Amino acid sequence: MICRHRVAAIVLRQFYLIRGSIARTLPLVVWVAVDIILWGFITKYLNAVTSPGFNFVPVLLGAVLFWDFFTRVMHGVTTAFLEDVWSRNFLNLFATPLTISEYLTGLVLTSIVTSSIGLIVMLVLATAVFGLSFFAFGLILVPFLLVLFLFGIALGITAAGIVLRFGPASEWFIWPIPALLSPFAAVFYPLATLPNWMQYVSYTLPPSSSSPASSSPASTATPSAPAC
Amino acid sequence: MGYYVVEQPKGPQAPAATVLSVVDLHKSYHDTVAVDGVSFHVGRNEIVGLLGPNGAGKTTIINMLLGVLEPTAGTIRIEGMDIAAQRCRTLERTNFAAVYAPLPGNLTVYQNLRIFSLIYAVDDFSRRIDEVLRQFDLERLRNTRCGVLSSGEQTRAGLAKAMLNQPHLLLLDEPTASLDPASARDIRDRIREFAAREDTGILWTSHNMVEVEKVCDRVLFLSHGKILLEGNPKTLPGEHGKQTLEDLFIAVAREPLTLGGNET
Repeated sequence: MICRHRVAAIVLRQFYLIRGSIARTLPLVVWVAVDIILWGFITKYLNAVTSPGFNFVPVLLGAVLFWDFFTRVMHGVTTAFLEDVWSRNFLNLFATPLTISEYLTGLVLTSIVTSSIGLIVMLVLATAVFGLSFFAFGLILVPFLLVLFLFGIALGITAAGIVLRFGPASEWFIWPIPALLSPFAAVFYPLATLPNWMQYVSYTLPPSSSSPASSSPASTATPSAPAC
Repeated sequence: MGYYVVEQPKGPQAPAATVLSVVDLHKSYHDTVAVDGVSFHVGRNEIVGLLGPNGAGKTTIINMLLGVLEPTAGTIRIEGMDIAAQRCRTLERTNFAAVYAPLPGNLTVYQNLRIFSLIYAVDDFSRRIDEVLRQFDLERLRNTRCGVLSSGEQTRAGLAKAMLNQPHLLLLDEPTASLDPASARDIRDRIREFAAREDTGILWTSHNMVEVEKVCDRVLFLSHGKILLEGNPKTLPGEHGKQTLEDLFIAVAREPLTLGGNET
């Protein structure tokens, strides 16, 4: 049974940490904002130099937004976990009635809050500055965001397991995981773009099976067709 | 000179007022035996010293009592409940303080206590936090990050956390190791007061034999994972032909095999 007050304790600890430190607050919004601005201008440039009719904003900027959301979800779990590694707090925490399920639930709730902040910042920037119509993706958006969220949580917990198994130095293995997966995830381009062996890898990754890029008209790789 | 080996209780024969009962506890790491068939109990309102040289198995035992290390064999009962079967319930009224487990330095004393009051479901947490802050003279440090406290202040903050849930079993691993003699005496008095007031059983490890003699009602000498001697710290040295508890400690540390092999 999960006790709410113990889960609340884990969330409160993360809240105190984030609230009390600009070094923790800024990364929640700065990196995603930088990514959206950078890729927003790249899409504008691509729209200007390619044949009219194909809009790169939903395809490329939308993909960046989705992938950043996934990355933030994963890092939300991992960073909250690493806070306890860095402050050597596990003995204090687990010598109490706190269970692993309650601890993980606390980390996931923290990640929901922190990744939602990043998602809102990205949506505001992408919509207001670059004219991305998020809702143009339609209903496929809901399961896709859910798949990305669950995949991010699962990878975050796996990353915590790697650190527990191999020690604190192994955190350097886990930061690049989203970057390592991104060529296979078929979020930035349709699955058909990949060579066969990469497609087999892609099929094992949840985001590739529900990606708007792989199921959108753009999956036919015809630049003249609008992605959404 | 002959010593006796403590007869290890093999069954649930501890007194009724027992808060902690350990029976035939073992912990091995592959071929290395860290704890080898240890049995003992701690009564309510009793302070028991767990003594032994470095590597004797004291911290391993404490980690098993806290449920963070799984025993290879044996049972641990806290207030009659098996920690393996009822971990949450047993740990709700248990707490600990150790120099190697300070409170996270990136939160203030109050924030840390608030978090642990939630974990332990402390009723009227605000009043209880004020009480422990006052008891350990931490009121002026309430909003100071634990990381910038002196080692003595960190020890007091750790003890405040340890007493937050008014535990029935308190495990203290060298609680006065980083304190000056005046502060150490002060802390000892407060812990004794707490044990008497709250009817708490305390398991206390220390390498300061003078302190152990002053504080503990009973001591257990541990060497190579086994309890070799048990008794009253004031009378035990004389019973074994030693002047002081420190002399006895050194004998236990240097000649554990002799001690284990000469029953009287």
